[in-house]
Amino acid sequence: MFSLPVFLESFGPLIWAARYTLLISFLGIGLGLVIGALICAARLSPYIALRRFAAVWVSFLRGVPLLVQLLVFYYTLPVIGIDVPAFVAAVVTVGICASAYISEIWRGAIAALPKGQSEAATAIGMGPRDIWTRVILPQAVTMSLPALINELILLVKASSLVSVVGILEITRASQAQAATTFRPLEVYIAAACIYLAINLCLAVLGRYLEHRTAV
Amino acid sequence: MQASSVEIRKVNKFYGPFHALKDVDLNILPGKVTCLIGPSGSGKSTLLRCVNFLEEYDSGEVRIDGQLIGYDAPGKKMSGRKLREMRRSIGMVFQQFNLWPHMTALENVAEGLIRVRGLPKAEAQERASAALTKVGLADKMQNHPSRLSGGQQQRVAIARAIAMEPRLMLFDEPTSALDPELVGEVLNVMKTLASEGMTMVVVTHEMGFAAHVADQVAFMEKGELVGCDTPSRILHQPDDPRIQSFLRTYHERNSF
Repeated sequence: MFSLPVFLESFGPLIWAARYTLLISFLGIGLGLVIGALICAARLSPYIALRRFAAVWVSFLRGVPLLVQLLVFYYTLPVIGIDVPAFVAAVVTVGICASAYISEIWRGAIAALPKGQSEAATAIGMGPRDIWTRVILPQAVTMSLPALINELILLVKASSLVSVVGILEITRASQAQAATTFRPLEVYIAAACIYLAINLCLAVLGRYLEHRTAV
Repeated sequence: MQASSVEIRKVNKFYGPFHALKDVDLNILPGKVTCLIGPSGSGKSTLLRCVNFLEEYDSGEVRIDGQLIGYDAPGKKMSGRKLREMRRSIGMVFQQFNLWPHMTALENVAEGLIRVRGLPKAEAQERASAALTKVGLADKMQNHPSRLSGGQQQRVAIARAIAMEPRLMLFDEPTSALDPELVGEVLNVMKTLASEGMTMVVVTHEMGFAAHVADQVAFMEKGELVGCDTPSRILHQPDDPRIQSFLRTYHERNSF
């Protein structure tokens, strides 16, 4: 039988654990945005070495599961003499993984802009820096917002994987809770509700941003 | 506004093996309107885009008021800064308007004045609003392009170009993307510019505009400049069979 009290009681510890889920997702996407921008710039640069590097970066990180990346990263660092907390390793791995997808989102948005947009700026005598900051990027960023929110939602869910390196986020907390209460059904449904609530909020935020930036 | 002239000498352009412009020679006279006509794919737009080096020509010379554009010497590319300096005084209007959709009409026109001419924002907006008033859009300045009709968008694009006080204006099929009932308002703005002595080069399929406003009409086909003369010589008494055949097709399509 489903026990309502057990179900309601499991929210407390799980919501407390959700701070790690949120921290890892938001720090991860923040790092992913920065690295993704650099990778995207490398991908579009005139230098073939940079373009190759970016292409390899993207295909490697998209081709290997995040779970495996986490384990590789986590167990490689001590070997090469770097001692970082599991939390930092998790954020960096999630950020690097997201950077591959984000760079492709931006590359797609930039490629989708009609060529006439930058041509009009060129014809008026604008230089490359102004063309990028005033014409291309504002439009590409707006266009990429839905895909970026989508990526953030994916990260919130993917952050459950960092439980393997011992971080007590929602999923790991619910596993622990289920083990001590012997009520896995109630606990995991509570965990599902929290994930859903977070992602519904993000979806609403996404729609708000899209609406506000629509022209 | 000081009028400008353009000399095009033996210009060639290749896209891979495709010979897009073949030894094109053309003089654009200062303060006059030159219309480029001809079938699609004949190289009219390519030639026009060589004038501000949006398209790089492979050989020959394009001189604006005597100054070679795009190259310091044959085969030696001009620096980006020098090229931008030259482009400042050449306005261009595109078939698809190419307004920046994230800016209002006023911001579209002021942008170049701020970024390229380095004017303070207030002065740039003042000049932008004067340019928009001139094209009849004083009441639409705060609209984004998506809230404007095609004809209004193209007039904003013309305002964006003339606000920079160019000495030469290039029009690349400025009315081809417009609904028929919106063509007139754009042509009227262009006629006003012409009557003020602006040097204009217009790629167009509007034979009426070519006949009534142009000082000279150049006909192109398959990358060659077939003939260049007064509108009446080209449009009414063409001696080249290629021009005759083009005009025959044009008249047949437009008669009912």
